[in-house]
Amino acid sequence: MADQQHLEHAPHSHVTPLYVYFTVFFALAIGTLLTWYASTIDLQEWNTPVALIIATIKAVLVILFFMHVKYSTRLTWVVVVASFLWLGVLFVLTFADYLTRGWLMK
Amino acid sequence: MTTATLHDVRLVGASTNRNYINDEYGALSWLLTKDHKRIAILYLISVSIMFVLGGFFAMMMRIELLTPDGDLLTSDTYNKFFTMHGVVMIFFFLIPAIPAVLGNFILPIQLGAKDLAFPKINLLSWYLYMAAAVVGLVVIITGGVDTGWTFYTPFSTQYSNTHVFGTTLAGFIAGFSSILTGLNFIVTIHRMRAPGLTWYRLPLFVWAMYATSVVMLLATPVLAITLTMLMIERAVGVGFFDPALGGDPVLYQHMFWFYSHPAVYIMILPAMGVASDVVAAFTRKKIFGYRFVAFSSLAIAFLGFLVWAHHLFVAGISVYSAMIFSFLSFFVAVPSAIKVFNWTATLYRASVSWQTPMLYILGFIGLFTIGGVTGLFLASIGLDIHVTDTYFVVAHFHYVMVGGTVMAYMAGLHYWWPKITGRMYPEWWARLAALLVFVGFNLTFFPQFILGYVGMPRRYHAYAPEFQVLNVLSTAGASVLAVGYILPIIYLVWSIWFGRKAGPNPWGAVGLEWTTSSPPPKENFHETPVVTWDAYDYPAMMKAMGETQNV
Amino acid sequence: MSDLALGNEHHHHHPFLQHHFEDLGQQHEASTLGMWMFLCTEILFFGGILCAYWIYRVMYPEAWAVAAELQNKLYGGLNTIVLIISSLTMALAVRAAQVGSRMWQLGMLFATLIFGSVFLAVKGIEYSMHWHEGLFPGSHFTWHEHPAVAQKVQLFMCFYWGLTGLHALHMIIGAGLLLWIIGRAWRNDFGPEYYAPVEIMGLYWHFVDIVWIFLFPFLYLIHGVHHG
Repeated sequence: MADQQHLEHAPHSHVTPLYVYFTVFFALAIGTLLTWYASTIDLQEWNTPVALIIATIKAVLVILFFMHVKYSTRLTWVVVVASFLWLGVLFVLTFADYLTRGWLMK
Repeated sequence: MTTATLHDVRLVGASTNRNYINDEYGALSWLLTKDHKRIAILYLISVSIMFVLGGFFAMMMRIELLTPDGDLLTSDTYNKFFTMHGVVMIFFFLIPAIPAVLGNFILPIQLGAKDLAFPKINLLSWYLYMAAAVVGLVVIITGGVDTGWTFYTPFSTQYSNTHVFGTTLAGFIAGFSSILTGLNFIVTIHRMRAPGLTWYRLPLFVWAMYATSVVMLLATPVLAITLTMLMIERAVGVGFFDPALGGDPVLYQHMFWFYSHPAVYIMILPAMGVASDVVAAFTRKKIFGYRFVAFSSLAIAFLGFLVWAHHLFVAGISVYSAMIFSFLSFFVAVPSAIKVFNWTATLYRASVSWQTPMLYILGFIGLFTIGGVTGLFLASIGLDIHVTDTYFVVAHFHYVMVGGTVMAYMAGLHYWWPKITGRMYPEWWARLAALLVFVGFNLTFFPQFILGYVGMPRRYHAYAPEFQVLNVLSTAGASVLAVGYILPIIYLVWSIWFGRKAGPNPWGAVGLEWTTSSPPPKENFHETPVVTWDAYDYPAMMKAMGETQNV
Repeated sequence: MSDLALGNEHHHHHPFLQHHFEDLGQQHEASTLGMWMFLCTEILFFGGILCAYWIYRVMYPEAWAVAAELQNKLYGGLNTIVLIISSLTMALAVRAAQVGSRMWQLGMLFATLIFGSVFLAVKGIEYSMHWHEGLFPGSHFTWHEHPAVAQKVQLFMCFYWGLTGLHALHMIIGAGLLLWIIGRAWRNDFGPEYYAPVEIMGLYWHFVDIVWIFLFPFLYLIHGVHHG
């Protein structure tokens, strides 16, 4: 099957160019400043989603580039996505209880 | 370079008697081994000891329950005994047994590999298990724990004056043992299959172990963090589930069962894998609906994560979420049913060999079905309100865990015993033990369905006098069951020195493990096999041997 | 315990090739997949306590906002930048191993270790400040402002100490592992053919960084809820 492929004597090695690493670094730094600034202004119910979105983008950048997932096998990608999906199940179904406790049945 | 073929059982190491057992001698060569087969034997010894310990607590409980009054044990002691019975049996027997004993030994061989992907981590896994066992034993000796194996808060965090911290620490460590085993299996299955061994040629035992490992990997960490939060609360005095701070004890239950429900699938999926391999071997047929059975393992692994709050129906969760979880719980029964249908279809018009592994698996199929169906009763909210926390629940989970997992474990142990030890067990004694287990089991637990239905609560050391007859029947059954479990311990150990020597393939089964010697050489195969045949390709094998096929 | 009786060809046996693998490529892929599997478990591990944190945050938004104001955003923000820099140096260390530069490997690994230590030192300062403000849960909790939400602030502080404590524990373990990798890099173990240990060290380190990327806004930057 496809995932049996491996080079004979050396592992498959994509060497990431330096400019990619530094660009990602600057993006992460700016993201940090951005999230700090956003927390000081009143966006009402959007404060929380904005913070989550910025943090998620930062995490995705680290995962794709620093952790090389962009250049890794599909299996690696599946493993990463699956973990977050499972976490999502925990969050969604637990919240389903708490958010509906106040509902009254007719 | 010759390749191992399906029929070429002459390939095995006839030229040498060296195998993994006599390869090296000395205690250190076992305690510091990296050989998955030796590690499996280490686990076999450890889980067997823990099984006997858990059984001791069970016997004490059943003896107490012979009479309605709490006259043998105080209520505090009884609480400790049912707690420790649960903790020992679940964390130290049921979760590791089939994966760490049979999976460790057989999986790499079925894949045509020389070992698991991470042999040192495999050994670490066993040492973590032993460390957890030592902590657990210290807890037991110094007074035990009485919270129930579920450690519900706030009793466990604020009020119990028993060794909650120690027990949860033991569970935490055991969890890491489990995680590392699962991790090892997944990487091995993905990356170390022999040439030609595509996914659809794998034995269904491998598919089942894969699904089990996914559950181990994704569920166990949530138990780890839940127990960590519990330990912190216990140590600091206040914490995450503390109502005085605004904490919610039901949140503990959500987090605990997020692991503990998938945990039951960790227990049953390997059993189902054994069932598939044994049914195929003792009917000499391909498993009907191979792909359905394979994918149903994955479906169970996934769906098993979506149903946990059916353990919280009466805990105070919202009715709406209860309805969602109830619906999902019905749904998860479907892939299990698919397996039962497929095994049955395989058995249809088959020529069955009635050896011990098959006897255990036939018992497994029937008892698992009863256990599974009674789970549906519990998934139904209206019914659950009446039978939750009664002996109905106790009977349900013992049907699936004992009638299911333990019987399949016995089946697998007997099926692969000649491969592991190079010896046959004595067939008639084994059949007698299987019969005693089947009769004893049903006598023990069927009355408990009735007891629960008429209202006897679980976890009580005393009960209303009208329940006594059924309790006496149950205890009588437990005694028979105990004999049924003691017999194999005796004759299996006996067979190691005095059993009839087994050849590479005493059952005439199809599978890579049957192409190498019994016991296997240290590196499993003298040459890397190249696989060109389907899973369970009995028709081809028998055609090559000139036999007529089963229909 | 190397195996001799094998029918496989081994014309080039790299000193770090383990005998049960066919070649370094398979070993490399197995190692990285194994580390990703372990990180999966860490995602669920931290995710579990974060789920609990969010349940309570939705239940007690006001208390959570009050509690977040008690954190020192300067230290938190500084630590975030420090950790991001350490992630950069870690990524560069892996790259250095890939291209076989011993000097850059050691330089970048040491830099990572230094920045990681700065993080832990700043965390230590913050912990000391919180302790003296009476913000450690339990019998030492003496913080009494905002009485209406004081107990729930204590609940928040359970999460604060628990989350950052677990994170710091992972950092300390990471620092220990870094020392081990530095030792091996010193002996020039790594090169284009074999650099998996550095790569999986990097994966672990980046993961710990990602946890903090979420913890910083969660624990320090909750915008207050305004009441009429």
